[in-house]
Amino acid sequence: MKKLKNIYFDYQATTPVDPRVLKKMMPYFGEIYGNPHSRNHSFGWEAEEGVEVAREHVAKIINANPKEIIFTSGATESNNLALKGVSEFYGDKKNHIITCVTEHKCVLESCRHLAGKGFEVTYLPVQSNGLISLDELKKSITDKTLIVSIMGVHNEIGVIQPLEEIGNICRSNNIFFHTDCAQAIGKIPLDVDKMNIDLMSISGHKIYAPKGVGALYIRRKPRVRISSMISGGGQERGMRSGTLSPALCVGLGEACNIYTNEMEKENRTLTKYKEMMLEGIRKSCPDVYLNGSEEARVPGNLNLSFAYVEGESLMMGIKDLAVSSGSACTSASLEPSYVLKALGVEEELAHTSLRIGFGRFTTENEIKYATDVIVKEVKRLRELSPLWEMAQEGVDISKIKWAHH
Amino acid sequence: MAYSKELLDHYENPKNVGSMDKESEQVGTGLVGAPACGDVMKLQIKVNNKGVIEDAKFKTFGCGSAIASSSLITEWVKGKNLDEAHSIKNTEIANHLALPPVKIHCSILAEDAIKAAIDDYKKKNRKNT
Repeated sequence: MKKLKNIYFDYQATTPVDPRVLKKMMPYFGEIYGNPHSRNHSFGWEAEEGVEVAREHVAKIINANPKEIIFTSGATESNNLALKGVSEFYGDKKNHIITCVTEHKCVLESCRHLAGKGFEVTYLPVQSNGLISLDELKKSITDKTLIVSIMGVHNEIGVIQPLEEIGNICRSNNIFFHTDCAQAIGKIPLDVDKMNIDLMSISGHKIYAPKGVGALYIRRKPRVRISSMISGGGQERGMRSGTLSPALCVGLGEACNIYTNEMEKENRTLTKYKEMMLEGIRKSCPDVYLNGSEEARVPGNLNLSFAYVEGESLMMGIKDLAVSSGSACTSASLEPSYVLKALGVEEELAHTSLRIGFGRFTTENEIKYATDVIVKEVKRLRELSPLWEMAQEGVDISKIKWAHH
Repeated sequence: MAYSKELLDHYENPKNVGSMDKESEQVGTGLVGAPACGDVMKLQIKVNNKGVIEDAKFKTFGCGSAIASSSLITEWVKGKNLDEAHSIKNTEIANHLALPPVKIHCSILAEDAIKAAIDDYKKKNRKNT
């Protein structure tokens, strides 16, 4: 097979801007330059029109009302605003937050911040498939529980949490349900009414819109109130001051609009790719494990542990494929991923993990090429691996007394 | 992270990959590191009756720097006597491969591995004399 150069397999880190999205944005960098908050002239109205159409597109993909959408700089800001905003507004009545150990750092850090301000935080564990237990959730609820924050689709392992069931539990206990859906928009059907979602964080750059824009859905009926984090001119219904960037808002809106029409088709293609790659690797390499539920997951994410082959050396060997390391030897910490640890993946296996992410612009040819390259390199590195040798000789590696350093 | 040419060469074309009979009295084996830490090195030396290392082999589970460090040290110890091999310092490996600071532990592991292999050889041969 012809050698391909630099193929992008990191769609969970970010996505390229769809050319259709960029095309819609371009006028807002040029001739439509008005301030969307200027109410007295056509320059403002024109910019505002773009923003409001975008807001409708964002609302539509999650079955919300456009008035329930506010634009932000991204999912990190949305998650901060949802958790801190709700907690600050209602904190004198209820002070307990429930989240999960595998949430994104911005949720965990926001909770840690709130814990410092006197809130109680429960971090639910996950099962070995990466999903929370609904019984554990029910058991954690107290009469002080204010909000539950559980993400829709996981950034590292791609698993889909049971949002509808979580929403039901929250609604029947009169608790707000916030979900970080940065990785879920366009990947799974979302319906804020059916799922009883009260707040939802949305990111632009995970769905082929630019970096620097996101949104927060905030339910109006029954009404959820938040304290704003930014003081200013009271834009976005007073919840997020600062002049909007019409170009970025339009980009996010168009990205949602495309997904509203194309999600099913795209998912079918990605499912085909996922199966091709997974079967291709498993056929040629034993002892490869998929991290996270095999059923409840989005098709564009394969988080795999290649036993006996250290993840960073594998990444070096497949350097033309831009993947992400599940082990973190590439960062300064040398600690394996906290997410895989939470799943109960043993440390030695966590060190062998890669996240392979594909999406809208991945081709079948790239999938085939990547599968071949990965298989070849795993085989080469296993020939170099003393652990593989021991495993083939029938030595139980877990029984050896290793000198930890 | 940009790696040096020497490092990449040892990673892509590692020297002396393989295993020797660990039961042989001529062979000393060092196994260091731990799977849970992300590195395991197995380094073996074959020593002739003049006390000179005439062959060395390795297998390594670890990052590219760990593989390169073990490949390099097997090249260096060949032809050396045990004392000379024992005196190789991790800093020499780190300098030669231009290891970045977070990868210095890979060179330490390689130094530990050769020392462990020499100790194993000495222990075996002490018993027999």
